[in-house]
Amino acid sequence: MLYAILSTFLVAAIAPAVHRVTGRASGWVLGLLPAALFLYFLSFLPAVSAGESIVLSWPWLPGLDIHLSFLVDGLSLLFALLISGIGFFIVTYAGRYLEGHRDLGRFYVIILAFMGSMLGLVLADNLIAMFVFWELTSITSYLLIGYNHENADARKYALQGLIVTVGGGLALLAGIIMLAMAGGSYELSEILANGDLVREHALYLPLLILILIGAFTKSAQVPFHFWLPRAMAAPTPVSAYLHSATMVKAGVYLMARLNPSLGGTDIWFTTLALFGAITMFTGVFLAFRSTGVKQVLAYSTVMALGTLTMLIGIGTETALMAAMAFLLAHSLYKGALFMVAGILDHEAGAKDFLQTGGLRTALPITAAFAILAALSLGGVIPLFGFVAKELMLESVLEAPGLVGILTLLAVLTAILGVAVAAIVGIRPWFGARVETPKTPHHEAPPAMLAGPVVLASLGLIFGLGPGLADEGLVNAAAASVQGAPVDGYLALWHGINWPLAISAFSLVAGGLLYWRWEQARRALGWVDRAAEYGPEKGYFKMMDGLVWISEWQTRVLQNGYLRYYVIVIVAMTAGLVGVTAQLFDVSVGTVHFERLQIHEMAIIAILVASMLFAVLTRSRLGAVAALGSLGFTVALVYVLYSAADVGITQVLVETLTVILLVLVLFRLPGFLNLSSTALRLRDAGIALVTGGMITLLMLSTLDARLFDSISQYFIEESEPSGYGRNIVNVVLVDFRALDTLGEIFVLALAAIGVYAMIRFRAEDHRR
Amino acid sequence: MNMHSLILRTAGHFLLPLLLLFSVFLLLRGHDEPGGGFIGGLVAAAAIVLYLFSMDIRSARKVLRVDPRDLLGAGMVLAVVSALPAAFLGQAFFTAQWWEFTAPVFGEIKLSTVLIFDIGVYLVVIGSVLTIMLNLAEAED
Amino acid sequence: MEVVMAFVVGGMYAAAIYMMLRRSIVKLVIGLVLLSNAANLLIFTLAGMLPGAPPLIPPGATVPEGLSADPLAQAVVLTAIVIGFGVLAFAVVLIHRAYEVVKADDMDQMKDTDR
Repeated sequence: MLYAILSTFLVAAIAPAVHRVTGRASGWVLGLLPAALFLYFLSFLPAVSAGESIVLSWPWLPGLDIHLSFLVDGLSLLFALLISGIGFFIVTYAGRYLEGHRDLGRFYVIILAFMGSMLGLVLADNLIAMFVFWELTSITSYLLIGYNHENADARKYALQGLIVTVGGGLALLAGIIMLAMAGGSYELSEILANGDLVREHALYLPLLILILIGAFTKSAQVPFHFWLPRAMAAPTPVSAYLHSATMVKAGVYLMARLNPSLGGTDIWFTTLALFGAITMFTGVFLAFRSTGVKQVLAYSTVMALGTLTMLIGIGTETALMAAMAFLLAHSLYKGALFMVAGILDHEAGAKDFLQTGGLRTALPITAAFAILAALSLGGVIPLFGFVAKELMLESVLEAPGLVGILTLLAVLTAILGVAVAAIVGIRPWFGARVETPKTPHHEAPPAMLAGPVVLASLGLIFGLGPGLADEGLVNAAAASVQGAPVDGYLALWHGINWPLAISAFSLVAGGLLYWRWEQARRALGWVDRAAEYGPEKGYFKMMDGLVWISEWQTRVLQNGYLRYYVIVIVAMTAGLVGVTAQLFDVSVGTVHFERLQIHEMAIIAILVASMLFAVLTRSRLGAVAALGSLGFTVALVYVLYSAADVGITQVLVETLTVILLVLVLFRLPGFLNLSSTALRLRDAGIALVTGGMITLLMLSTLDARLFDSISQYFIEESEPSGYGRNIVNVVLVDFRALDTLGEIFVLALAAIGVYAMIRFRAEDHRR
Repeated sequence: MNMHSLILRTAGHFLLPLLLLFSVFLLLRGHDEPGGGFIGGLVAAAAIVLYLFSMDIRSARKVLRVDPRDLLGAGMVLAVVSALPAAFLGQAFFTAQWWEFTAPVFGEIKLSTVLIFDIGVYLVVIGSVLTIMLNLAEAED
Repeated sequence: MEVVMAFVVGGMYAAAIYMMLRRSIVKLVIGLVLLSNAANLLIFTLAGMLPGAPPLIPPGATVPEGLSADPLAQAVVLTAIVIGFGVLAFAVVLIHRAYEVVKADDMDQMKDTDR
């Protein structure tokens, strides 16, 4: 399993080389990887459909109890199969679609890395690992959306998608840490078994909100739906992949995955069902009034994501079955339709439905399978989309609450959904031939047709024989979402009942709406004006605000005056120490001045005098001499108080320091009197306050000894286990050798820095 | 740079070998008595700097024979290498290894990764200080 | 002695910070030297100042006779002194280099190169 996921990243790394060697065939060659992964995941199918869930684990950071563990059950297997299966078609398709593109090699790298991240996300059992993969999908999808990086819009909307999803990712991180605290483990398999523990925990509400923000941003729920249609700046194969099986489904996956542990509460039901239903309607409504090929499809994805969220929220057995069936159906038809959109663009140059019409003679195979997929989108019998839609309507009618509003939105969605399906399935293919920007001379190449043909056909096969999908996987997936076995089953014909009636009614009403599409669109012109005040406006306002704040804080903090940096650091330190001392009631006991011996008095006097002289003198030589006197007196302190090694070191370093200062300082100009008296007084005040704080800190520390010093261990073990009688040296080179290694690294770096600065100057002079 | 003082030049000539020898002595005895890699390295570096002041930069480089940056690199390598044996023996990184044996003339000899590490520190200190000082002095000319 | 040293070290910090707040870069260097000495003394003082008790073990014994000064603090200060020298050298050369480029001793004039 670990190797399966790692293989995607490894192949991604060598993809450009493979592309260079294999040339035109690169799509097929690299497609072998997802195909092999698909077969590998398929080998788990018998066990999983028998109801097993398999956990595979590798230690990662054992000290922090973080393992690289994977969970294979119905839900993750369904996703893994979709990701690798559709991934195969996407890679082969892209090989032809982007043929001759300068950066095709780079495209393979990103799409394979993206696929690996997505697989890791759905298969991870450890929350931290899942989060890492979650963020990896955000980053790789950013690179995918911004693939045409010379296009300003592509860059802008890639960034928009990144900021929205990564912002949500931050919330998610906080949420899953709380989840792990509440559930007592970072392993999903354990958290899911302890659902009650989480639901009754005090942190349930905050963690639920945070996790849902993560899921909603990723899955483009209202009000975060705006980034998804914008992500259409990506090349079409990317859109097909992001929309059908991956990226946006990650949020849905998260909600479905956590349903056994978070679901079943009123707040879960209300939030998910309401947001989902509103998103569903918003999506289909915006799809109906758009004309861009990819835009219509993108908004219909928003509709599908809303539907899935709503179904998971409803959470009844039927609803969960419906969710999984709908997920599968949507992945199949949406993948197919996006690839068809790519063919329309590639062969006919058409990016807008208004530019198309009567293309069925020019692109007969494409047309046939596009219509098949569109029928599934519209939920027309006998396609798999119909099976899923019937179940969806049934679960809405049986929802534990909010039946009225959910039904109303579901019916409206069904009607508009049929109209959207008609736009996709009729508009480009039938009617009078419209002059397209490019005249299609031939049918699309096999690499580009394979995806739509297979995926749309699967929609038909699963529709005619729902048992195939059901017993294989949908049942097992629904069971893992429910956290218990599921009794329901999928069927094409449920008898004559309310859902069927609604379906029939929506077919007629949707057909009528499509007939009047032009007029309806014109009548809805006001939406554009309203949309200017939508959530995307908020996003842009927020970005402007961020830029303003960062400019402001750079102006204030990075102002280029060293002394203000010093003041800020010093004031912060003094303030933090002061507050902490207050909070923890740190006090300085009565200060006893011991009687000093005569040599101690002399030392103190020399220290103070050299210090004052160094500060007050107006001569540089005087200052350096004062520093020297200070340094040697400090060495004397070390020697007097039992630190021979330190004293010797101080003497040697002090000598070298004086030489250094003499070498350099005298090539700088003399002291200048640059500050006014007021400024000097202010600085002296700051300095004295900080110095006073240090003194108080030291006095209180001298007073209190909270822990035993670890030095005792070093003193006792130096000779027996370190074989050395100079304890300081044993500490340096044996007990704490790693610290010393770090320290000599610093020293070496400083020396190399000095060398570089001096040598580069020599270079300058030569030039 | 040079001070053109006969006394200093003569002293520099005679003191240099003595000081270098003393620095090695400090390094080797450091585990039991005051001394060690840091102090030994500083003494050796100070000796060369003294020589630099009594002669000139070219003779200082000549008497050193190697570029101080090579000393620095060699020292880093030694320090890191001394940490490795433990890793191959399945112990924690940097666990000290000791080998004791008796040699004909010297009697009992204790060798250890600790000593190798200390020699690494010694070389890094010499290398760093001299890289700084020699280059500064050169820039002065 | 520790109590008196607490005041000396506090004073040394004050002197160092005052010097670092000046506009002349040479004073900044002097402030740096004062600061590193002050920090070393702070650690050394807080570990306790015992006269005549070096952390050395006499030959043949396994522990020092009687009390011993804190070897850890000494080891820390020892490396800090050497590193302090390296960092000071770096800072001094950097300042000198900046002076050569900007030809100004006044840090307020140097700040324009940030922009």
